[in-house]
Parts: sequence; structure tokens; C-alpha cells
Amino acid sequence: MAAVNVLEAKGLTKIYGGVEANVDVDLHLDQGKITALIGPNGAGKSTFVGMISGRIAPTRGTVYFKGRDISQLPAHKRMQLGMAYTFQITSIFPGLSVYDNVALAAGLRLAHDKQAHDAKVHAVLDRIGLDDRADQTAGDLSYGHQRVLEIAMGLAQEPEVFILDEPTQGLSETEVDAFIALMKSIAGETTILLIEHNMRVVAALADHVTVLDQGRVLASGTFAEIHANDAVQAAYLGSTPHA
Amino acid sequence: MMASRKPLALHLGILALLLVLFFVLPAYHVGAFSRIMVLAIYAMGYNLLFGYTGLLSLGHAMFFAAGMYGFGLTTNLTGFSVIPAFASAMLAAGLLALGVGYLALRTAGVAFMIVTLMFAQTVYLIILYFGTYTRGDEGFVVQQAQRQLAGIDLTTETARYFTAFILFSVCFLAMAKLVQMPFGKRLIAIRENEERARMLGYDVANLKLRAMVISGVFSGVAGASYALLFGYVGASFAGVQYSIFPLLWVLLGGAGTTIGPLIGVIFMFYLIDISSGWTNAYMLVAGIVLVLLTLFAPQGIVGTLRKRGVAWLP
Ligand SMILES: Nc1ncnc2c1ncn2[C@@H]1O[C@H](COP(=O)(O)OP(=O)(O)O)[C@@H](O)[C@H]1O
Ligand SMILES: [Mg+2]
Repeated sequence: MAAVNVLEAKGLTKIYGGVEANVDVDLHLDQGKITALIGPNGAGKSTFVGMISGRIAPTRGTVYFKGRDISQLPAHKRMQLGMAYTFQITSIFPGLSVYDNVALAAGLRLAHDKQAHDAKVHAVLDRIGLDDRADQTAGDLSYGHQRVLEIAMGLAQEPEVFILDEPTQGLSETEVDAFIALMKSIAGETTILLIEHNMRVVAALADHVTVLDQGRVLASGTFAEIHANDAVQAAYLGSTPHA
Repeated sequence: MMASRKPLALHLGILALLLVLFFVLPAYHVGAFSRIMVLAIYAMGYNLLFGYTGLLSLGHAMFFAAGMYGFGLTTNLTGFSVIPAFASAMLAAGLLALGVGYLALRTAGVAFMIVTLMFAQTVYLIILYFGTYTRGDEGFVVQQAQRQLAGIDLTTETARYFTAFILFSVCFLAMAKLVQMPFGKRLIAIRENEERARMLGYDVANLKLRAMVISGVFSGVAGASYALLFGYVGASFAGVQYSIFPLLWVLLGGAGTTIGPLIGVIFMFYLIDISSGWTNAYMLVAGIVLVLLTLFAPQGIVGTLRKRGVAWLP
């Protein structure tokens, strides 16, 4: 059976004043696969996922979710369809407990069923290793734990498409390993779009890699193909020798 | 599960205390507490929007006034009895909140404060403009004959206290329940991080509008109760100071807490009451205490207690 397109972007373009943040970007996500979006700082990666998730209104272009044109849907409706999004700059509810943060994330689907809701929250916290901190105020967590919490919130949403904007930024090596294991365990059921600077993570996880440079798709293929691509080496990989 | 029993015990304990106060307090303070309970309903309505949802309105007097005039004008002009007049007061406040919310919630922060302030000024001016019915600044009296419910004369001190008590209890327990429900948690999420709430799939605009309407209805209930129990309807209740009061009460008592609004109203009432016994410059004394409190207990009385170890305080 051919791979199913869960999410597809066609000609997505965003122009800020004179800055071409994205120009005619096409991309599709195969069901259950992990797609990595890489590229140097300022390449337009965050802008791109912002347009997919509905946070940023595109200058032009179309987004399809399971074949349906969702370009006109506001962000919250897209999330209701089964997307989850973690921010590049950690975005949690700092004044609430770790438990409540995850409960809010799970609550959209489960709030009507108290028991299932509570069970889900504990299952997620357990899986991500934050169960013993459930009662702690989220804003008091270390930076690394806050990032992990945000990923936990994404898991609690049980998304079909999970978009993560530089999730491993600032994590320790062990936390990165845990993250890789976690993503491997949810891939298959979940389609993942991962913006990532850490090539170790990309190599370990990505079924498919798309390289963005100056708002345009520079290359696309498997990690090996991308790694061998001269243009990519010049634009990006070359600048961080064998990171 | 333990955690959810303590707040309920506290809430029921407070209601029991208010009941006991009627029998132990001297008449003057019984009257004061009738008023305090009605104003606390107003403070609770305000708290839902400000304390829980994080939206600072400077125009809530318009909802209080909508309830007050909704009740007063309905009884006076149509001769409706207490229950239908009260219902129309709630409807008036709810519809006003729906309309104002629909427009004002397109703004946020300072713009929201200004827009709500302007709407409230408009309501105030409308009340003055229709002086034929509202008697403008002077206001009008709701006659004793119209303040009867099921054969009970609500103008007596006893009936007044218990009516205020019942209205307060219903609102207090309903609000405590509401903020515990998923709906309440979502409002808190908006206050904490609106963009995050949206990206979890919550319809933030709709939640805010619903918070606004419920807040408006509570404020309207307070306004209608005031007209019913104290028999007076006047434009001063639609003025700016009546938009500022609930903000002060809630800040003093503790924003985003269930008991803060009541504590704030009691505190401010007796602050003014006691200081005016000492000096004519009682507003100065009140002002200084308010400044000190905001400096040293910025989370209000209940909020500060919660931070200093009584973490379970609802
Ligand atoms: N709100 C904005 N207004 C103006 N320019 C922006 C805005 N957001 C991003 N940009 C610009 O768009 C380009 C792409 O940014 P971004 O998508 O954040 O890149 P990346 O995530 O790949 O680092 C950058 O040049 C950035 O300065
Ligand atoms: Mg970025």
C-alpha cells in the first residue's frame, strides 16, 4: 500500500515586509513516519510549522490535513482535528502544577470522563518520568524538565500529527537519549514533524529529511542522501563540522 | 481526593459562620453583613473574569446596574413580582455582557480596560438620559409592597439577612464548583498562557465570552439583590467607582481564589467603617492600608496565606 499523506503543504509562502521567510514550500508527511525539517537559523522552519499549525497566517499557499483543505481553519480547530504543537521557546502554564499542565492538554478529549482523564495524565507523566513531580509548580521546574513537560503535554493530546520545534534544545545527553526513545515508541501511530538542529537526533529518528534554506526547500531525501548532498553541506552541515 | 474535601469543608464552614453571625452580631453589623454578602456576589462575578480568566475589566458597574435597573424598572413599570423581575434582571445583565463581550473581547490588556470603561460610561449616560424612567442621579425607591416573596416581607432585617445569605450561598457554592470544573480550569489556562491554551485546541475566544457572560450575570444578580433588599436604585451604582470597587475587593481578598472576594469585601467594608469612626480623612487611612497591602501582600489576603503554607486554599 502506498504511503498515506496525512499532512500536505502546497506553495506555502510567508513574506514579512521585505523578508521572504518562506517561498513556495511544498512538503508532505507520510502517515506514521518521522520527517525532520532542518536548516540554518533563520531558514524559515518555525515560520513554516507556524503556518501549518495555524499560528501564522500565510501570505499564500494551502495546507491539507488528510486530504481536507484546512487553510482557513483557526489554530485551535486544527489542533482539535488531531495536531499537537510544541513551541521553540518553551510554552507551559508556569503557575499551575505539572499535573494540571498535562491535565489541560489531555482535557480537550477526556475532560468528560474523570477517571480516564486522571489515568491518562498519570500514564503520560509516568512515561516521561515526571510522575514524582506531579504536584510541583511547573514554573519551578528546571529548564530541561520544562521542555520535557511540554513534550508530555503533546503526548497527552494523543495527536495524529505531532509537530515539535527544536524539542531537544538545551536538553542533556541523557535527556536527548530519552527523547529519541520516546519518539521511536510513538512513531507508527503518530506522524511526526521534527525541527531539529542536533544531527545525532536526526540520524537516529528521521525517515525523511527536508532541508530549508533562506525560506526555500534546498533538498529532500533520506538522512544519508541529505548528508551526501553537496549543496546541503555547503549551506548547513559544512558550517557545523560533523556535529 | 483528600484535597477536594478540604475546600468543601471550608466553604460550608464559612456559610455556617455567616449563619451564626446573624444570631451573635449586634443589629448594626447584621445589617452590614447583609450588604457585604450582596456585594460579595458582585466581587465573585468580577473574580471569575479578572482572577480566573485574567481579564481586567474597568466597567463591571454596567452589569451591576443592568441587574439593579433590570429588577427595579421591571417591578416599577410592569408590576411583575419578585421572581420574574429578578429573572429579567439576570437576563438584562447576561445580554449586556454578551454584547459587550462580543465587541470588547476583540481587544486585550489596556485596550480591554478602556473599552469596558467606555461601555460602562455609555450605560451610565443612558441611565441619566432616560431620566423619565430612571429618575437619573436621584434614583428611585422600590416600594415595600413590591419587595414581598411568598408572603414574606423582605424589608425586615431578618428576612433581608437570610435572603442575602441564601443568594450568597447559592452563588458561592456554584462559583466554587464552576472553577473546579474543566471549564474553570480552561479559564485559568487562558490566564496563565493564552497562546498555549489555544494551541492545545481550546477555543479561547468562546471561553472568554462565556466567562464574561457568567461574570456579568453574577454581577447582575448582585445588583438585583441590592435593589430588592435595600429598596433603592440609583445611577451612582453605575458610576466608575462601582467598577473600581470589585477590582479592589478581589485584589485585597485574593484574585483567583474562591473565598477571596468575600474576605476582600469584609475587609474593605470594615476598614472604611472603622477608620471613619476615627477621622474624617478615612479615605486616606483606607488608601494607605490598600497601598501597604499591595506592597506586602500583592496576592491579597487569601493568596498570601496560600503562598505561606496553606497551599490547599481553594
Ligand atoms: N514576526 C516576524 N516578523 C518579521 N520577520 C520575521 C518574523 N518571524 C520570523 N521572521 C524572519 O523570518 C525568517 C525565518 O524565521 P524563522 O522561521 O524563525 O526561522 P528558523 O525557525 O528556521 O530559525 C528570519 O529571517 C526571521 O528574522
Ligand atoms: Mg525556529
